Order: sequence, then C-alpha cells, then structure tokens
Amino acid sequence: MSDAEADLESGELLHRPGALARYGPILLLTLGPILAALVCSSLILLAVGVDPLAYYGYVLRRGLLSGLGLSQSLTRTAPLLLLAAGLIVAFRAGIWNLGVDGQFLLGAVASAALAPAIHGLLPGWLVLLLGFALAGVVGALWSVLPALLKAYQGVNEIITTLMTTFLGISLANALVKLVFLDPGTTVPQTRTLPVPDRLPRLFDTTVSSGLIIGLIAVLAVHVAMNRTAFGLRLRTVGANVRAASHFGLSVPQLTVATFALSAGFAGLAGASEILGVNGNVRADWNPAYGLMVIPLVFLARFHGVATIALIFLYSVLLIGSESAARRLGVPQTFTLVLVASMLIFFGIAEHHLHHRMRKAG
Amino acid sequence: MPNQCARSSPWQSSELEGLARNADPVAGAANSNAVGLASVTKRFPGVVAVDDVSLSFRAGEVHVLLGENGAGKSTIVGMLAGVLQPDSGGLTLAGEPVQLSSPFESLSFGISTVFQHAMLVPTLTVFENLVLGDAWWRRSSRSQMEERIAELQELFGLQVPLDAMTGELSLGEQQQIEIARALLRDCSVLILDEATSMLTPQGVDELGGRMRRLADRGLSIIFITHKLTEAYRFGDRVSVLKLGRLAGEIGKDSLKAASEASAVEDMLRLMFGGEESAATPAPQPDRTAGEVRLAAANLRIDGGSVNMAHSEISLAVRSGEILGIAGIDGNGQKQLAEALAGQRPILAGRLDLDGEDVTDASVGRRRALGLRYLTDDRLDEGSVGMFPVADNTVLKEIGAPPFWSRGIERPARIAEHARDLIKRFAVRTPNEFTPISNLSGGNIQKLLLGRELSGTAKVVVFNKPTYGLDMQNSVDSRRRIRAVANSGIAVLLISTDLDEIIELSDRIAVMDRGRICGVLENNSSAPREMRTRVGRLMVGDAAMEAAA
Ligand SMILES: Nc1ncnc2c1ncn2[C@@H]1O[C@H](COP(=O)(O)OP(=O)(O)OP(=O)(O)O)[C@@H](O)[C@H]1O
Ligand SMILES: [Mg+2]
Repeated sequence: MSDAEADLESGELLHRPGALARYGPILLLTLGPILAALVCSSLILLAVGVDPLAYYGYVLRRGLLSGLGLSQSLTRTAPLLLLAAGLIVAFRAGIWNLGVDGQFLLGAVASAALAPAIHGLLPGWLVLLLGFALAGVVGALWSVLPALLKAYQGVNEIITTLMTTFLGISLANALVKLVFLDPGTTVPQTRTLPVPDRLPRLFDTTVSSGLIIGLIAVLAVHVAMNRTAFGLRLRTVGANVRAASHFGLSVPQLTVATFALSAGFAGLAGASEILGVNGNVRADWNPAYGLMVIPLVFLARFHGVATIALIFLYSVLLIGSESAARRLGVPQTFTLVLVASMLIFFGIAEHHLHHRMRKAG
Repeated sequence: MPNQCARSSPWQSSELEGLARNADPVAGAANSNAVGLASVTKRFPGVVAVDDVSLSFRAGEVHVLLGENGAGKSTIVGMLAGVLQPDSGGLTLAGEPVQLSSPFESLSFGISTVFQHAMLVPTLTVFENLVLGDAWWRRSSRSQMEERIAELQELFGLQVPLDAMTGELSLGEQQQIEIARALLRDCSVLILDEATSMLTPQGVDELGGRMRRLADRGLSIIFITHKLTEAYRFGDRVSVLKLGRLAGEIGKDSLKAASEASAVEDMLRLMFGGEESAATPAPQPDRTAGEVRLAAANLRIDGGSVNMAHSEISLAVRSGEILGIAGIDGNGQKQLAEALAGQRPILAGRLDLDGEDVTDASVGRRRALGLRYLTDDRLDEGSVGMFPVADNTVLKEIGAPPFWSRGIERPARIAEHARDLIKRFAVRTPNEFTPISNLSGGNIQKLLLGRELSGTAKVVVFNKPTYGLDMQNSVDSRRRIRAVANSGIAVLLISTDLDEIIELSDRIAVMDRGRICGVLENNSSAPREMRTRVGRLMVGDAAMEAAA
C-alpha cells in the first residue's frame, strides 16, 4: 500500500499541511497514464486508418453525451461496482480473490433459477430480495474451498480461486443447459423474469436501480474498511499476518470471513445483472466483468470513491465503443487495447512514483 | 561497474592463513579516505535526520558512530548503502564525488552493509538468501558455499544453518546470517549497523577481532553500536551524532591514549552533554514478592524449529518479582514467550494466570486477564509499519471501548491516547499520524512498551526489551521495568544481555536447548560471580554449576 493510502486511512487529510502538495503528484500520476494511453491508442487507430478524434468523439457522444447512452453506461456500472466492493474487501485484507467471475456467474444462475420460479407466488420486492440473498450465499459458498485451503493450509489463493473460477463457469453453463433450462424456448437459457418484475428503474429514466445498490455497496465497504473495528482487523491481517496473530486476531477466521464477503458481493453482482437487466441467463454467457474490474480497483489504489469514478469511465468506454464498433468498423475489442495500454502506463507511472518517493525519503 | 575491491577480498586464501601475522596494509591505504560525507543534509517530513554532517571514513580503520536513538546513524548508513539520497551535500568515494542512487551501485563500489533491521527473505532458506543477488554466472555452488561457511564458523563462531528456513530462525541467528552475507562479499567498505545487538558476548568479541583483522587488510569499517565499551575496544576513531548533527569526534591518538573509563566518560559527555549520571544504574529498591501470578506446570510447547517437545517447563512468577530468563539466543526463549502469550500451542501441562487456568485461552483473553507480552520483533510482529503511530497504539484492543464504540472507530480518542503515550514515553516522532516504520528503532520500542503497560497489567513478559536502545533509553527502560515490578506486577524478563538480567532480576532461570536448565537466586551486588554462574549454565554446564 502506498504512503498516500496510509494518509487516506488516517482520514485527517484536511487538517494537515501540504495535502495538496502531496496529492498533486498522485493525481497527476493517475490522470497521466490515462492521457498517455489515449495518445498511444490514437496512434494505433491512425495506423489502421481511423481518425482517432472521430472515434473518441463517437465514444464520448454515445457513451456519455446521449441520454440513452448515458443511462446504458450507468446501468452497466451496477454489477461492476458490486464486484469492485468485493474486490476492495479482499485486496485490502491481503487476499487475492481472482475467482470473482465464477462466483458472479453462479450467483447469476442462482437468482435466475429462483426468481422466475417464485415470481407470482410472493410479492415482487420479496422475490427480488430472495433472489439477491440466494445469489450472495451461492457466491460465498463457491469460495469455501479456496478459503479453507488458504486459512488452514496456507495454500496460495491466487491459484485456487483461478481454478474454481474455471470450474464455476463450466458449472454455471451446465446448470443452465441441464437443470434450469426454460422448456418454453428453443434457445438454451433459464426462464425469464418479466420486465415489470425486475429491479425498478430510477425515476423516469431507463437506468436500473442496481446502480444505487452498487454505489451504496462500494461506499459502505470504503467506510467499513477505514472506520470500523472489523475493517481494521482485516487491514491488519492484510498488512502483516504475523503481527495480526501477535495482536490476538484469529487470522484463519478473518480469512474465511474475507472470502465469504468478497465472493458474496460477486454473487450479488451476478444477481443485479439478472434481476436488473437481463432477466435470464443464456447458456455460454460470461461477460468476464471481474477480469476488467480487478485492474480498475488497483488503478484506484483500493479507494472507494476513486473506484467509482474509474468504473464509470470504463462503462462509458464500453458502451461508447460498442456503438463505435458498429458505426466505424473498429472492433469492440479495441477497448481492451485502450485499457491495457492504460495499465501499462499506470505501471510505469507507479514505478516512477516509487523511485521519486524514495529519493525524497 | 568495476569491482574496485577484489584486492582486499577477505576471502583470499592467503588472508585466511595468515590473518593475524600478515597485517601489512597496502601501502598508503591506511590513511586514504575510503568514503565520506560532505555537508550532507537529509530531511524527512517533520525531522532533519542528518543535518549538515561531514565525515570521512578511512581505509584501514574501524570508525565507530555513536548517538542516541534517532540521532541519524541509520540514515547515514542508508545513504552510503544507496537506499536513501541526500537532500543536499554529497558523498565521496576515494576523495571523488560520487552518487549512489541504488543499493546495487553501492554494492558495486564495494560498500557492503549489514542493516539494523533484518533484510533477509523469510520464505527462503539460508543458503538461498546467501546467494540471492549474485549474478547467475558467479553464483556459488553449494559446496563452495559450505566451504566458505565452514571457514566463517571456525574463524568467527558464526552459526549458519544453510538449510533452515530463514523465517523460523531467531532474530539473533538472522543477524549472524546477515553478517556472514556481508563478509562473503568482496568489499572495501563494510558497514555494521547495530550488528552486535543480538550476539552473545563471545560472538561480539569474535566480531571485534575480525573487524580488526579486516581493517588491517585495508578495509574501511563503519561500526554502529550503543555499547560504549565496544566502541572503545574495537574502534580506532569515534564520531558522535546528536539530533542529526555531528556532536564531536574522538581521534585515533586520543582514543588509544585514554583508558577505557576515561574514553567512555568522553563519549558520554559528547552524547549527553554532561549528564553522564544517566549511565549509573539506580540502586535496587526493596521489593517484597507477593502471591504467584503466573504459574506454568510441566508445559510442553510446540517449538517449531527448536526442539522443545521433550522438555517440560515449569516456572512461577510472583507479583512484584522479576524472573530473569537468560540463555543464548535461539534456545527456546521466544517460543516460551509466545506460548505464555497464547500465540503458540501448548501441547501439555497447565498454565495459570492469577489462579485461572489459561492453558487454552486466546491471546485476547489472556490480555484481558492482565497478561502482556512485549515482543522482541518490533517491526515485523509488534507493529504494522505502514499504519500510523496512533493506530499502532491500539492494535491489541481493536474494537474495545473507549477507542471504538459499537465497532465504529473514534479517531480523536485514539489520537489523544497516542499523544499521551508519546509524551509519557518520550517518543520522538513528528506527530501521531506518521507511519510507525519511519520512527527509529528505539522510538518504536518505547511506543510498544507504552502500549503494553497501558490498562491494568498483572504479568508482563519482556523479550529483549532494550536491544537496540541507546544508553539513556536503556537506562530509562530498565527503570520502567523495575517500576513495573515495584507496582506489584509480576515480570518475566527474557534477555540475552547478562548484565541486564543480573541488574534487574530477583531470580534467574537459564534456558538451554529448549529447557530450563537451572534457576538461581540473584545476587546483584556480586555481578561478576553471578555472571560466571549463569554463564556456566548457559553453555550447558549444569553439572559444574551444581558442584560449585
Ligand atoms: N523513512 C523515514 N521517514 C520519516 N522519518 C524517518 C525515516 N527514517 C528515519 N526517520 C527519522 O529520522 C530520524 C533519524 O533516524 P535514524 O533511524 O537515522 O536514527 P538512529 O540513529 O539509527 O536511531 P536508532 O539508534 O534508534 O536506530 C528519526 O527521528 C526518525 O524518526
Ligand atoms: Mg538505527
């Protein structure tokens, strides 16, 4: 964790002199790589004969400036934010839960299996609530194996969570095709929750209220990690396991709790996508949001507000480039080029920052 | 970059054969300036750690740096090792200005450093740590390494178990490995930052002799210590730092001409400006031991790397009593302390705290019942380096009032508590928000001591409470330990410093290879006699001691 973060943690930013002087460089080093990535991607666009200004302009117009685009972007942030909330908990507790995509998909399938089945039998809000709850529990359960292995055997969770994510994706698929198949359609998919029974829209826009859930989740996690006893326990384990046991913390229990929370949020993210937007799970559906959110959370240095900002930016990029792909013939995967170069420049900037901090002491 | 010091490699076989006799320095080397600082200033947020210091370290000399905790010694070392950069002024190498902008550069100029805090990778074996960082084409083979280690062992009494997992060794053992690693490198400047703080008295003597021989070969040695007698015995020249400034120097001639007592007097005067009375130990007050607070009966402990499973440990500490535990580092003292604190499983036996069975109680439960444990590993176990000082003062009571209310942190209360500890224990820190890893070793120790003593303590286990502290702070800490006992708390004092044990303890238990091999009534008025009696037990001579 960086110095800057320790400062953010102490929460006394405003009372101290030179906050701006200290945060200036960090802001620069976050925005700098984004600009550099834009320039670098422009060169690539030029090389393939596309006017970068037209492309970026189009992305901006479709992702941010048009009413429809903006509401699509905002809707897309909901699952990303819930995933980010889970990742922040895990990363700050020193647990590298890279299995969020499996946990996400199984949560999605669980909610898609339950909600249409009980819909009509129970009041709408209860259906949604139960759908979310089940998804959270299923997500958490899918992390039990890596959690126990890490907590009691010290097995590296990076490997186990990656393995369970592959298994989870296949299992979700199998469940859709074999168990929860909707007999009413020819497309292999689960039964569909009717549109009026999904998460309510915000006011008279088309934005799903999953956005609010996501925002609350990230902010709540941010506050909990920085301001509560539980958060400090997790951070202590994340910073130094030996010290944590010296302080009398039960490291295995906290590890299991971290996994459960983190994977639970991933499950909720899956539910928000199904109960808010899609209504069902199609076979072979795997948006792999988790893999995209992980670098963003790093880029934000695990800071809640910064994460929200970056995820919004990323959603705009996603939605905008989806339209741009259709209109300008630039493949959708070009977003990956943009994001990847952003990460590379971020890495370079981080390296320089460390170097400079060391020089400055 | 060229390796400038192959000439003075301590590992050329000719040197090994004739170390003492062949003390013929390369012509002219003895007085040449090996490395130096020219008007160097280094600031950290809130402190000037090194303030316009000019120093030159000559080839062929052992140059001692003295100074209180936080005086700036390690900061100077950091700059010479390429880890820190001066804010103004510069370094010189053989008289020429030079910039050491990375540890790699420093090493390639022949500057080899043993840092104050262990820099080994805990998850690698000792062998792997020793070869780490060598270029692959020059990497020593296992058998070469064994040979060189065997030489070290013989010359120097270093114990280097090549296959042990580094993280499982005691800090003293790790320190020996760091010294070995530095000696294995070819270098022209050797820096030892408090490298003797964990060695046995013999180990220290051997290191002293070794430094002398290396200096005679033309190396420049920078030796940092808090023990003034070591400074006198091993040093050619002494520089004293005070609050980042150079407070004075004792030259080669005056150091050699002075007697030990008057040299120590001089150093004290430079360090403390005439308050040398601080060094004289306070007389031992009368204490009456009360009822038994901590009682261990036939404890069997899972010792990890130390085999303790076959030994049963029994001991009792009464309120107002100090039970010293002496022994060579790495003989199970740390394991015992951890088992008492609840961090390490007790396999069999029974532990009572103030009459309550706590054999299976958690760390938190024991702390709530009044058991406190001050670990010797301040940086890696006792504190979380990147957390602010304030958070570190409450990490043992996360969630407890008044610092949390219903699980919600109350930062103002925590900060107030921290400021109070900082004041009462005279901790030097810019403020309570500084990450604790920025404090000097001695100041971290004071803060942790404060943390353990706050609240109602009934039994305090101290593990090497004064290692790395300067004289003033050691005296203060010892006075505090005594005051703790006087206030009716039972004290278990684990230390490898015999003088400290004899000065403070009422009774002395000696640990050897995982068991307690004898308990003596202390007689602090005859320290010399006690030293030999305890020393005999320490080296495993229980029979002789029984006969004497
Ligand atoms: N990285 C850092 N950031 C901020 N302050 C620092 C840092 N390193 C050292 N300091 C401060 O600089 C001063 C000098 O510290 P230094 O470690 O050089 O002392 P020292 O003489 O080695 O003390 P000790 O005997 O306790 O090891 C101290 O006040 C310390 O708190
Ligand atoms: Mg130091």
